Amino acid sequence: MTQVQGTIVGVNGNMITVEFEDAVSMNEVGYARLGDLRLMSEIVRIRGKRADLQVFEDTAGLSVGDPVDFTGEMLSVELGPGLLTQVYDGLQNPLPKLAEECGFFLQRGTYLPALPRDTKWIYTPTASVGDTLTAGETLGTVPEGMFEHRIMVPFRLRGSYTVASVAKAGEYTIEDTIATLTDESGDSVEVSMMQRWPVKLPIQAYRERLRPTEPLVTQSRTVDTFFPVARGGTYCVPGPFGAGKTVLQQLTSRYADVDIVVIAACGERAGEVVETLREFPELDDPRTGKSLMDRTVIICNTSSMPVAAREASVYTGVTLASYYRQMGLNVLMLADSTSRWAQALRETSGRLEEIPGEEAFPAYLESVIASFYERGGVVTLKDGTTGSVTIGGTVSPAGGNFDEPVTQGTLKVVGAFHGLSRARSDARRYPAIDPLDSWSKYESVVDNAAVEAGRSVLQRGSEVGQMMKVVGEEGTSQDDFMLYLKSEYLDSTYLQQNAFDPVDSATSAERQQHVFGVISGFLQADLSFKDKTTARSFFHQLTQTTRDWNRAEMESQEFKDIQARLEKMVSEVTVNA
Amino acid sequence: MHKVYHRVHNIAGNVINIRAEGVRYRELAEVTSRTGTSLAQVIRLQDDEVSLQVFAGARGVATDAQVRFLGHSMQVPYSEALLGRIFTGAANPRDRGPELAENLIEIGGPSVNPAKRIIPRNMVRTGIPMIDVFNTLVESQKLPIFARAGEPYNPLLARIALQAEVDVIVLGGMGLKHDDYLYFRDTLEESGALSRTVMFVHTASDPIVECLLVPDISLAVAEQFALEGKRVLCLLTDMTSFADAMKEIAITMEQIPSNRGYPGDLYSQLASRYEKAVDFDGAGSITILAATTMPGDDVTHPVPDNTGYITEGQFYLRDGRIEPFGSLSRLKQQVNGDTRDDHRTIMDTLVQLYAAYRETLEKQSMGFRMSDWDEKLLKYGDRFEKEMMDLTVNIPLEGALDLGWQILADCFEPMETGIQSSLIDAFWPRSASQSEASSSAEATEDKTPGKPDEGDAEEDTPAEAEDTEAKPEPETVEA
Ligand SMILES: Nc1ncnc2c1ncn2[C@@H]1O[C@H](COP(=O)(O)OP(=O)(O)O)[C@@H](O)[C@H]1O
Ligand SMILES: [Mg+2]
Repeated sequence: MTQVQGTIVGVNGNMITVEFEDAVSMNEVGYARLGDLRLMSEIVRIRGKRADLQVFEDTAGLSVGDPVDFTGEMLSVELGPGLLTQVYDGLQNPLPKLAEECGFFLQRGTYLPALPRDTKWIYTPTASVGDTLTAGETLGTVPEGMFEHRIMVPFRLRGSYTVASVAKAGEYTIEDTIATLTDESGDSVEVSMMQRWPVKLPIQAYRERLRPTEPLVTQSRTVDTFFPVARGGTYCVPGPFGAGKTVLQQLTSRYADVDIVVIAACGERAGEVVETLREFPELDDPRTGKSLMDRTVIICNTSSMPVAAREASVYTGVTLASYYRQMGLNVLMLADSTSRWAQALRETSGRLEEIPGEEAFPAYLESVIASFYERGGVVTLKDGTTGSVTIGGTVSPAGGNFDEPVTQGTLKVVGAFHGLSRARSDARRYPAIDPLDSWSKYESVVDNAAVEAGRSVLQRGSEVGQMMKVVGEEGTSQDDFMLYLKSEYLDSTYLQQNAFDPVDSATSAERQQHVFGVISGFLQADLSFKDKTTARSFFHQLTQTTRDWNRAEMESQEFKDIQARLEKMVSEVTVNA
Repeated sequence: MHKVYHRVHNIAGNVINIRAEGVRYRELAEVTSRTGTSLAQVIRLQDDEVSLQVFAGARGVATDAQVRFLGHSMQVPYSEALLGRIFTGAANPRDRGPELAENLIEIGGPSVNPAKRIIPRNMVRTGIPMIDVFNTLVESQKLPIFARAGEPYNPLLARIALQAEVDVIVLGGMGLKHDDYLYFRDTLEESGALSRTVMFVHTASDPIVECLLVPDISLAVAEQFALEGKRVLCLLTDMTSFADAMKEIAITMEQIPSNRGYPGDLYSQLASRYEKAVDFDGAGSITILAATTMPGDDVTHPVPDNTGYITEGQFYLRDGRIEPFGSLSRLKQQVNGDTRDDHRTIMDTLVQLYAAYRETLEKQSMGFRMSDWDEKLLKYGDRFEKEMMDLTVNIPLEGALDLGWQILADCFEPMETGIQSSLIDAFWPRSASQSEASSSAEATEDKTPGKPDEGDAEEDTPAEAEDTEAKPEPETVEA
């Protein structure tokens, strides 16, 4: 392949205009040469003999006349064993390695291999000579941490291939050839354990996409019971700053019942990622007893890192997630915050002087958001097993007002909406998911009728609460007041969850079913009190005791004792119990 | 050796255009006209056309002005000799000191590798109870003060700077009123802190482009000190002036604005400055305290709004006091577990009761009857405002915690506070009735009781204690 070269004819912010002679393609990667440095960039527009490239680095020092080397390849990532536990930037540069090499700062123009080249993996072939295979089918496996990492026919290969030779079981690096395949016309391809894939294209080496039906248990009660997420589904978490988006995602990344979590820290605080990457190695994954880091990949392109790489980072994340889905695993991809990604699109669009849409976002914003979330999903693989990618993105709307392009564009395509409210976070009612505003199209982990009844209590209780602000407690009927107390009770004991308590912070599906059953019973009971003051103090006590219950291990005697106490308390004030 | 050009063919706003070759993006040039010489920076290259932003403004620049390229981008001298000195936004001396030209460093350098950051862990003591107790400031935090113009945010910044135990103070002033500049200078001088301070000051009457340089220059210098192991406090006031300067320039460049005239990259621009706050793994730290004035007292205005998404909390300054609601230190939980066993509980309890007091006030204003409980809350709220919230109060954290107990004891029965009994046993003042209103820190200090049962105290996490009835009115926080 001949190297196509171009010459810089313009520089504007992180955008360069390059004149070229031979063929180049849209989204092709080019390297602008600045002395010894090579700055990675990507073609975002072609007009005649000139292409506009967004540079993934600071452009200071570039000059008209500087050469650009085109690669013929779209922005791609390396896929293979060794991805788990890594901390990458948006272009898949391993940050800890980069720190060893460059010290405190992210020096531009340094690109390191994403996967270690010298690690030996224990390879076991599963395909035999003579087998006919297509892209995504398994050639062999290597153990990667607690997973069986499938080495597959590279996704880029079209048509069917016959296995001509296989390496025997043993230790190999990701660059060693582990199989030779022959295509229909007899040409042969050597396959190693590593392949590359362009991040902006979806990986579709599976048989069929299914409807997401199985719940993805996050262990947040408000989510799983009231606004559930499904494996292979999509959801978003919009909220004003400080409402708890990041904390909620951090909790989800710890407790979600999935095999692998890909965290894309996209354009927000570096400090928050530091917490994750310093703490996860120390934390145990309760499902496996291994370190949480063993099931995690972090893509970290925080707010002060280059904007174009920020745009790439969510694609890098979802590509890695899709790769593991191809192994029959359930993967959760979390992006914080998709608004920063949308803003990166806006900055690029502005530099290209495209005609802007609402709030200067590009007119194609909605379709870009839609096609990103489309990359989630449950699929049946070619061997009949299933895998899933679930996508959850936070949204940071300007002024906390959901009526803006990114929130609205996202709401159109996701399956669940967890809207965080300023009023709830100010009142320290965490998680601050608004129980009246939020919605989900997926199946709850608890009985549907009970959930609807609970929702109705919250709804009517809130109406009474509003009214009471005007007419006071005196002007509220006993029945209405009871409704109000019940909704407050449900809120403070079930919706609210203490993120710092070792037990309360994560509630299993089984426990949610049990606890919600008991609490629903209380909500339906016909309670009678002599006056409002006694009613209030009863509920105070019931709330306090239920919270103690939330802090008790489900298997413990304490749990049973408190439940008995709660039931006794309620039955004592129930009419014709 | 660098070429000189003599033909400016376009001038708009602060931007001039010339035709030139071999010019590098972001390179500096000297532009000399009859009115004087100014630095200018390359902001766009298109074929042989070079756009330069003139730091002193294009006013008076002639079409035959002399443009000489310098072959490097914006630099600032860095050495110990900076300490005690005052410069302009373009790093020229503003005091009578000598010009510094040695050891030049580039500004706006690359960002820190997240893998080289550590989790912040040191409290910065300010002597202000609303900060120390309720929203503890942490070394390496980036935190703005949100205030209406006219609030005393500059005196507050100066006071924190003086009280904080830091090695170096870097003050970046943007659009500063001349009086405020003198106020900072004199205050720092009187307290003897000027000798560990360097100031880069752009005043309202200086060229607008210089305003843009202030954060980068200040932070580049701060970063060098931090790399040498120093704990640096960087004060930036007022970041809204900085954002407005960006807006002004974007508009003259005919960029498409995104929100109320601000450029679409406002968030990234602010973030690349604030993210310079850091605790280096193996060197010093930078803490950034900024002032962000809120036009129209509106927190949803693009500048405070984008800032809130970037910084690690914010202090709301309203009517000369730091509001307990809306103010937030996102890093407080990193340190307030290790200060004193009662810290988190006092923090939560006092704020919850103050929220209840606000509700009572509202009920009172609507003419509802005041119960005994309401009367207690009214007494409590009044004392809380006078003795805790007032910015003239200056006591160490421990004194403030003791004072909190004293106020509680003077207003409530222990049971009414909802505080767990182990802490009540250990901290509740015994002779509550004797010491009334003016219980000062001194008066309570020697009563500091022994440590309570540690296990109990640690279980008391913020969310658990905070999530009960505290329900401030969101309107009062945001309006
Ligand atoms: N579930 C929670 N429990 C306790 N505190 C919380 C919770 N969620 C958020 N907070 C508090 O709110 C602050 C801001 O939360 P964060 O998730 O960073 O907000 P956002 O990402 O929406 O800006 C946190 O630093 C913490 O003090
Ligand atoms: Mg966040």
